[in-house]
Amino acid sequence: MPPEDDGVALETRDLTKHYGDRTAVDSLNLQIRRGEIFGLLGPNGAGKTTTILMLLGLTEPSSGEARVDGLDPRRDPLSVKRRVGYLPDDVGFYDEMTARANLEYTARLNRLREPDATERTEFLLEQVGLSSVIDRRVRTFSRGMRQRLGLADALIKRPSILILDEPTVNIDPEGVRELLKFVADLRTDEGLTVLLSSHLLHQVETVCDRIGIFVSGRLVGLGTVAELAGALDDDWVFELGVDPGLSATHLAGVVGAVSGVRTVEGDGPGRWMISAGRDVHLELLSAVAAAGGTIDHFVRRGADLDAIYHRYFTGRTDDSEHRVGA
Amino acid sequence: MTASIASAPDTVQLRADPDTHKLYGGWRIIARKEFGDHVHSVRFVILVVLMALAGLASVHSASGPIRAAASAATDVPSIFLYLFTLSPDRVPAFHEFLAILGPLLGIAFGFDAVNGERSQRTLPRLVAQPIHRDEVINGKFVAGIGAIALALAAVMAVVVSYGMLRLGVGPTINDVVRMIAFFVVAVVYIALWLALAIVLSVVTRRAATAALAGIAIWLVFTLFGGLIAGLVADTVHPVPTTSPTTEQVLANARLELMVRRFSPSQLYDEATGVLLNPARQSTGLIIQDTTSQALPSTLSLSESLVLAWWQVAALVGGVVVMFAAAYALFMQQEVRA
Repeated sequence: MPPEDDGVALETRDLTKHYGDRTAVDSLNLQIRRGEIFGLLGPNGAGKTTTILMLLGLTEPSSGEARVDGLDPRRDPLSVKRRVGYLPDDVGFYDEMTARANLEYTARLNRLREPDATERTEFLLEQVGLSSVIDRRVRTFSRGMRQRLGLADALIKRPSILILDEPTVNIDPEGVRELLKFVADLRTDEGLTVLLSSHLLHQVETVCDRIGIFVSGRLVGLGTVAELAGALDDDWVFELGVDPGLSATHLAGVVGAVSGVRTVEGDGPGRWMISAGRDVHLELLSAVAAAGGTIDHFVRRGADLDAIYHRYFTGRTDDSEHRVGA
Repeated sequence: MTASIASAPDTVQLRADPDTHKLYGGWRIIARKEFGDHVHSVRFVILVVLMALAGLASVHSASGPIRAAASAATDVPSIFLYLFTLSPDRVPAFHEFLAILGPLLGIAFGFDAVNGERSQRTLPRLVAQPIHRDEVINGKFVAGIGAIALALAAVMAVVVSYGMLRLGVGPTINDVVRMIAFFVVAVVYIALWLALAIVLSVVTRRAATAALAGIAIWLVFTLFGGLIAGLVADTVHPVPTTSPTTEQVLANARLELMVRRFSPSQLYDEATGVLLNPARQSTGLIIQDTTSQALPSTLSLSESLVLAWWQVAALVGGVVVMFAAAYALFMQQEVRA
């Protein structure tokens, strides 16, 4: 029997998945509360999609467990899939069918009857702003339209949990903003639990209650935005923009020689990311000026999420004492 | 706007889902959609027209001699069925046409079954709905068989109508029953190719690859099947060019037939040959001796079935094995390839 309702919608316990000798997900422990918007952040290939597929019962874990509303996706796959709306990464539709036909097929697979299936299809397509193209073939849809259609598709079944895999990829900034507002409204109005994965932190930080940072199959950071940022007080990251005419190797050498600087990385032509263990901005500026560089941009990336992202995604993934809030 | 976007969370039940039983039969929903796709597809129309034209040609050429013979002798049993088996003027008989074109029909409705879902990226979305994963492949197989049966029934209806027009007589009850038996065997034969095509659609990434592989296998069986059987027979039981003994010739022919029977079309030929021709009393080798000893009578349907049963059983077994392979391969694949 599933445990008592403890307010947890999604849970993983030591969830692990191996593909051959590669570990896609390594002992993941996660609890997502009902009504929460949780962001699973990590670079491509970090194991986000694999984790989602295990939660849905579409991939067998190598070890550990997943729970959805207390149900085991391996034992109760239909009950789990009935309550979880899923928008896959790079969602696809039957291109030769209309938007309406695609959604009505999903409605039938969820055992919605007529006229409920038709009404709900029309209602949701209106909600995502696709009413005017409801009878057009999906083949003609843009990437952003497909994404909105995918969101409507995931909501057809009246889910209590929504899982969105990379929902903001390849859509324009305005589309991202609309989509995230739509998701936030769903939570507010309907109390949905939302798990969304992304590799772009700044896009989703405003909408997520909590964020888990996931690198190489391991959860390296977990907490609210403020908690994650608070763990970075000893970390100074600077963005430097110089005249690109200056030799890159020369500049990297000059900057790297400043005492206290930990790493120097190129970030596009004439763009640099410098991390340091203390405030070294005066030394940096004079070093660059002495080398003949013309500075056009210099800013400290303080305790914002880009800094968190940068810090967690650039190599310091093996020391687990950096876990925060867990 | 009365519908809510999602269910309220406070109604979420944690206990064993009381409505799970309502979620049975997902394969039927998939089968219905796939069947609709098949029937409305261009390939369905092309194949039905192609087969109907081939069928009309063969029935037309067969009906000439039948009319001549029917006016000469009034007592010929089942003249109607000769429409399907006679092949004068080098035009293959209808059931021979079907032996060649049937595999194409099977391949056409199966080659993109699974890889099509993958290339359109609809598979993850599909299996995330409340259905069991095997219902995807079951539904697609059932839909394929349905499309094949409908196509074949349409072609046979055209061919039989034309035959009635040409002969001026309709089939007897007995003829109708034999045609139905023929229809069933033909559907099983084509379903074998459907199952093969689905296997190919599971193991290949691209639909075009699966279609080409299916056609290649079909060509090997239709073009080289007899050749290979002859080669094997000649190697194992060579027949001397000068004064071969009866035993040598027979051993060679028996082995050749045995090897040929590994081909589904041979099994189909033997089974339908007996079912469509009541006068045919053997599925095996017919030598002069057997013909002279055979009773100058016709067989009842049950007697014909007794002759054809193992060929039919072998075809059904082939379908089961092939589909089981597709099923097992599909179930162990990752959703995300």
